[in-house]
Amino acid sequence: MSDVMDGQPGDVVLRLAGISKSFGSLKANDGISFELKRGEVLALLGENGAGKTTLMNILFGHYVADAGEIIAFGRALPPGSPRAALEAGIGMVHQHFTLADNLSVLDNIVLGTESLWSWRSQGGAARQRVAQLAADFGLGVNPDARIADLSVGERQRVEILKALYRNARILILDEPTAVLTPQESEGLFATLEKLVARGLAIIFISHKLHEVLAVSERVLVLRQGRLVGGRETKGATRQDLAELMVGRPIPLPKVEPQAAGTELVRLAQVTIAGSHGRNELQSVDLSLREGEILGIAGVSGNGQATLADLLSGLAAASAGTVTLLGDTIGEADAAAMVRRGVGRIPEDRHAVGLIGDMSITENMIAERYREQPFSRHHLIDWQAARNFSQGIIAGFDVRCPGPHATARLLSGGNMQKLILGREMAGNPKLILAAQPTRGLDIGAVGYVHEQLLAARKRGAGILLISEDLDELLTLSDRIAVIYRGQLSAPMIRADFSVQQIGLMMAGHGFAQHEAGHAA
Amino acid sequence: MRLEPRLETPWVLWLAAPAAAIGASLLIAALLVLWSGADPFGVFGLVIKGALGSQFALFETLTRATPLIFTGLAAAVAFRARLWNIGGEAQFYGGAIMAALLGTGLLPLPAPILIPILLIAGALAGALLLLGPTLMKTRFGVDEVVTTLLLNFIILLLVSFLLEGPLKDPMGMGWPQSRKIIEAAQLPKIIAGKRLHLGFALALAMAALVWFINTRTIHGYEMRAVGFNARAARFAGMKVDLVMVKVALLSGGLAAMAGVSEVIGLKGNLTLDLSPGFGYAGIVVAMLAMLHPLGVVAAAIFVAAMFVGADAMSRQAGVPNYIAHVMVATALLTMVVGMLFTRFRLRWT
Repeated sequence: MSDVMDGQPGDVVLRLAGISKSFGSLKANDGISFELKRGEVLALLGENGAGKTTLMNILFGHYVADAGEIIAFGRALPPGSPRAALEAGIGMVHQHFTLADNLSVLDNIVLGTESLWSWRSQGGAARQRVAQLAADFGLGVNPDARIADLSVGERQRVEILKALYRNARILILDEPTAVLTPQESEGLFATLEKLVARGLAIIFISHKLHEVLAVSERVLVLRQGRLVGGRETKGATRQDLAELMVGRPIPLPKVEPQAAGTELVRLAQVTIAGSHGRNELQSVDLSLREGEILGIAGVSGNGQATLADLLSGLAAASAGTVTLLGDTIGEADAAAMVRRGVGRIPEDRHAVGLIGDMSITENMIAERYREQPFSRHHLIDWQAARNFSQGIIAGFDVRCPGPHATARLLSGGNMQKLILGREMAGNPKLILAAQPTRGLDIGAVGYVHEQLLAARKRGAGILLISEDLDELLTLSDRIAVIYRGQLSAPMIRADFSVQQIGLMMAGHGFAQHEAGHAA
Repeated sequence: MRLEPRLETPWVLWLAAPAAAIGASLLIAALLVLWSGADPFGVFGLVIKGALGSQFALFETLTRATPLIFTGLAAAVAFRARLWNIGGEAQFYGGAIMAALLGTGLLPLPAPILIPILLIAGALAGALLLLGPTLMKTRFGVDEVVTTLLLNFIILLLVSFLLEGPLKDPMGMGWPQSRKIIEAAQLPKIIAGKRLHLGFALALAMAALVWFINTRTIHGYEMRAVGFNARAARFAGMKVDLVMVKVALLSGGLAAMAGVSEVIGLKGNLTLDLSPGFGYAGIVVAMLAMLHPLGVVAAAIFVAAMFVGADAMSRQAGVPNYIAHVMVATALLTMVVGMLFTRFRLRWT
């Protein structure tokens, strides 16, 4: 691909000039201009809703800008044409992969690049080219494997290969590390280095500050649709970038040491059978006490969801015992969990935490509508319900038009505040927080952390399931690693080591009695 | 050109959807009328006159609307909770069978006792007919669209069997019909000498009741929550399967009341052609009403007016009364498209 790599380092390959885009009264992008140079990694930093995704969608032709122009390799890009963007050499790796699960890696890469009746005859050439790209850039993956059998990290490599196969010279990566282990992230960064060394230009979208610092040469910060700052990454600190991003100083959460109290929940040899003969949880032991935060680390899909379901009252143990506040828990019963004093923050706030088409008020009473004061003799007291949700909106600083507003229209951060408010209103003894800050902006993340720490302080025990290692390291008193349904013994705060946890997330130190499941 | 989700739906659009539906159905019908060589304005005039133009016409329309309100409510209640009850026809006949079984002399009771018994027994029969498919859905994941739809044909065959056998009217000259119900079982007329009977008032009361259940009770709240997002409802602690059972009992019961009301209010006996598809038409009514119980009343009257008016028109103008089917069908299609635009907008790219 050296033929397309001509030019000098430092040449401007992409220029955005005065890009503006409004949705109704919301200015998603407001006069954004910047240049991308050959051979550099440019980080695009910003909170959710800052306009990063809109900007990239305009660049890639999914949206048409209201004003401004895009010039790629000296030529203006016709607006609203993803095909033109592709042909100009712009490739995008989305946060949610766009691969066909039941096709092979090679099919996915070649898909759409050649006409249907001719590519098979050129399959050999395609295979050779993919192998070459994979070798050049450290993107090793079996070309004949089915996508469905690949790990998340491997799928991402396929996405990158797909872009490179189409001669992408500008690569856009949207939150690429959100689903990776620390080691996989390192591998990705090594690949990016090789790519820029060969003359590609990369836009790296992220909200993880230490990654931005590690991988990029320049960083641009978006806030409320505007470009509020840009600087060389060299010499910048996380605090600098965070403040630029949010527009005000960010206090780091303070975890004061405190002694844990009596035991709240104990899992003894808990196994939960899965649907395909594979156990979702395998002989899990766990103990959580008052006033402590137990972090569960792991790559997505290793049994976290099932563990959360167990304590949410959505799944029951097939073997082993679950003891909650002295009682043995039998059948799955979500309502009973709420009554016992479990506050549950679900992983998917859109699909599980809230009912999007219902109002805030209707959502706030969802766990307690059968109790007074919300209902009496089967009749709902909407006034009491409204007062309750007003209280949550005020107490948890939820930005919304009012309690009648439809939940679907709120931002992720405000949704999470509503869920926190609903759960904290029950003054829970045990809090299950599954990915409580995923997809939230820094301000909202800080708020969620504050709330969890406040709950810890008043004696609640918190099970924090997270894929964000930074979050776990910051908040947890102890951390255990989950891998293919098995839970490691927890390590205490003094022993925390990113290296060690990262290796365990990849399976080191776990019994391999599920060899049938290829990684 | 593509669809973009709307952040908010202006209230005008909620009214624009039904208005556009009626407008488009008139326009398409007008083209068909022109094609058949008649004057659209004249034909529409006759349809409106035939449906609403006289006291007789108006009462006839309301009489025809009565079963549609019941079956429309049945569909609205079920669809709101995402229970796809296509078995309104079976439940309708379930109610009608009970009315013919118990109302033809088996229970010699005075009217104030007998009529409520018939309504309740009929509603129970309809509720049970939907309970089966619902339990199969919640227990085994069997698609209720298939089971409720097929049950329609099974029950119709059962009616045929009953009318040829146990329920056959010995004085019926061999026609497949049941005996006439006894006088104490007859629903009183709203105005003496007219066909409009108390079933219409009962239908209105049921619409108000469903509206009350939906907006004021924990049961309506649960049904809506389960319909909008069953996963979230289950997470919050609602017994989703139990809610589905409640929905099934209410929906099946409502559809069956249409059957009871037709037998004891209008026809007086059970026949094989008691329903010209009221169960299916209820689905159309519910969709036109955007599943709102009070909207169901308006939609049922609209659909009834089209059919009654088209019958009257075809006698005078010679345009086939099938035009009513075309109008109701196009109204439904435009309504579905219109509802799409309440949640999405078109973007030209």
